[in-house]
Amino acid sequence: MSAVLQYAVQGLAAGSFYALAALGLAVIFGVLGVVNFAHGAFYMLGAVAAAVLLDTLDLTLWWSLLVVPVLMFGFGLVVERLLVQWLLRLDPLYNLLLTFGLTLILVELVKQRYGVSGLPYQLPGGLQGRFDVAGVVLPRYQLFVLLFSVAVCALVWLTMTRTRIGMILRAATENPELARALGINVGRWVAPVFGFGVALAGLAGVLAAPFRAITADMGNNFAIILFAVVVIGGLGSIVGAVVAGFLVGLVEAFGQAYAPTFAQILIFVLMALVILIRPAGLFGRQEATT
Amino acid sequence: MTQSVIIEAPADGADVPVTASHPRVRWILLAAGLVAALALPWFLYPPVAMDIVALALFAIALDILLGYTGLLSFGHAAFWGSSAYVSGLIATHYGVPFPVAVVGGAVFAMILALPIGYVSVRRSGIYFAMVTLAFAQMVYFVGYQWSDLTGGENGLQGVPRSFFGLELVETDSFYFYYAALPILLFGMWAAWRIVHSPFGRVLVSIRDNTPRARALGYDVDKYKALAFVLSAGLTGLAGGVFAISHRFVALTELHWTTSGDVVLMTVLGGIGTLWGGIVGAFLNVTLADYLASSGFGGIDLITGSVFVLVVLLFRRGVWGTVRHQWNVRRLRRAAARRAAPSYSSPDRSSRHPASGEGTGR
Repeated sequence: MSAVLQYAVQGLAAGSFYALAALGLAVIFGVLGVVNFAHGAFYMLGAVAAAVLLDTLDLTLWWSLLVVPVLMFGFGLVVERLLVQWLLRLDPLYNLLLTFGLTLILVELVKQRYGVSGLPYQLPGGLQGRFDVAGVVLPRYQLFVLLFSVAVCALVWLTMTRTRIGMILRAATENPELARALGINVGRWVAPVFGFGVALAGLAGVLAAPFRAITADMGNNFAIILFAVVVIGGLGSIVGAVVAGFLVGLVEAFGQAYAPTFAQILIFVLMALVILIRPAGLFGRQEATT
Repeated sequence: MTQSVIIEAPADGADVPVTASHPRVRWILLAAGLVAALALPWFLYPPVAMDIVALALFAIALDILLGYTGLLSFGHAAFWGSSAYVSGLIATHYGVPFPVAVVGGAVFAMILALPIGYVSVRRSGIYFAMVTLAFAQMVYFVGYQWSDLTGGENGLQGVPRSFFGLELVETDSFYFYYAALPILLFGMWAAWRIVHSPFGRVLVSIRDNTPRARALGYDVDKYKALAFVLSAGLTGLAGGVFAISHRFVALTELHWTTSGDVVLMTVLGGIGTLWGGIVGAFLNVTLADYLASSGFGGIDLITGSVFVLVVLLFRRGVWGTVRHQWNVRRLRRAAARRAAPSYSSPDRSSRHPASGEGTGR
């Protein structure tokens, strides 16, 4: 029983990274219609940035959680204005290819600059150690990651459902033509939304920094699993992205515990099952199938 | 701003008028292509020449899906790599002549493509790309974990190259090239046959207007799945030859970057041009070869930049651009002929320049 609880927390912590990043992917897809292949690379950049900030400026995780998303937001703006915006009117496949090329460039650049061995990362003192609750050992940091990302997801959700900006963005997602007809300048939101999605990927990267080996390649497999996550959750669905993110984290953790050989494969089997049973994803709208 | 509507067909290049290339031009191109294929190992290091032709078939096979069915498969490394492994294993364990091993690999790729295709074609457009990518990653992990069979990260080493006891073919890459070339040429012919058959026309109609194809009574998902399996089979032929040629199968063949590389080759050559894949493969392999010999480490930097530039500025690709210019010139000339007082019979001058073969966008 205690082992199960331990794996569950571990899985939910790992799922936090997926949930945050998938949330960014879903928001970008919703408003821009772009599937951002480079999301994994942005996640990697977030982690690398945290490591570099700690190494050069002595900024701990607390600061990185604040600074890195802002930096990534700016980077996302630049990428959108410089590259992505030119292809928005074309088939979305072109932006998938563009961001794929961007991924190769970013990964290679980091590899050239920081090598292939992992960068070290030290947790701030307050987050080290673990709780012992009735025989269950729970690392303090995993709980922190879980609570933090749930808070961020809730915040995004509240923004999307309760504020004027959220209302505009949802309108732009649901029906850009109609939103424009009602006098909303939809184009104005494109770059900030892309930047925001990139910032979420960077934030996931910061959170993952103490948890994973920080290498140029850390985002590659992450991006592909992220695709499975949004397919499971239903691309474009914010709730779906978050729920599927945690779900995939759980599947991965329990898979690694009980069937390590199949841990990675299980995620894709889950994806196949979802496509067969509910092609639009768990939370996707069914008419979006074709 | 854009709609988040997924357009099935690659939008760019769709304005290319539907014209048949001149029959004489087609024969000249075919002859030139054959001569080039036969002459290649005289000018290039034979294993590199082999890579070019094998990857060309890979890119052509992908174009059946991308250019003619409107499906971007981002997971074709699964078929390329699995056929490479199966061909290598058959050649290693049974000592059969290598064409038999290659066919075995291609058959395996098609069998693998059945379930993957069956599931993937339920989603189209951008989803299809993501789903195929994910499945290819699954195949990659299987190859990675099953190291007893595949050699894991060390790869499958010492694949023999037996060919009816002909020692020249078995040891000399130059002669091996000519022994393997017919397999790849057959694959290219088959690809051409597929897209120009009634079946291929249905694929194009699915690409251009899926609801209409469905309304006409075609089982769209079945056609897509069949195209997927056929494409995987041709990919398998290419992957098998590649493995035997290298006498080695690396885990890279299953990696997602391989899927990306072939998409780049197809896009660089020109989506929906079929033969553009040859140009794309040639450019890609010679560039990689040049960079490797010049000691430049960051090849992905170049690949990625080419990707970004091609998608931003050169979406028609090499072959597509050439054909577009050619068609524009032909149409302009035909228009000029029609406008000028005609010397030929009225019947001839009134013939529409766009009549003829359909699918050659």
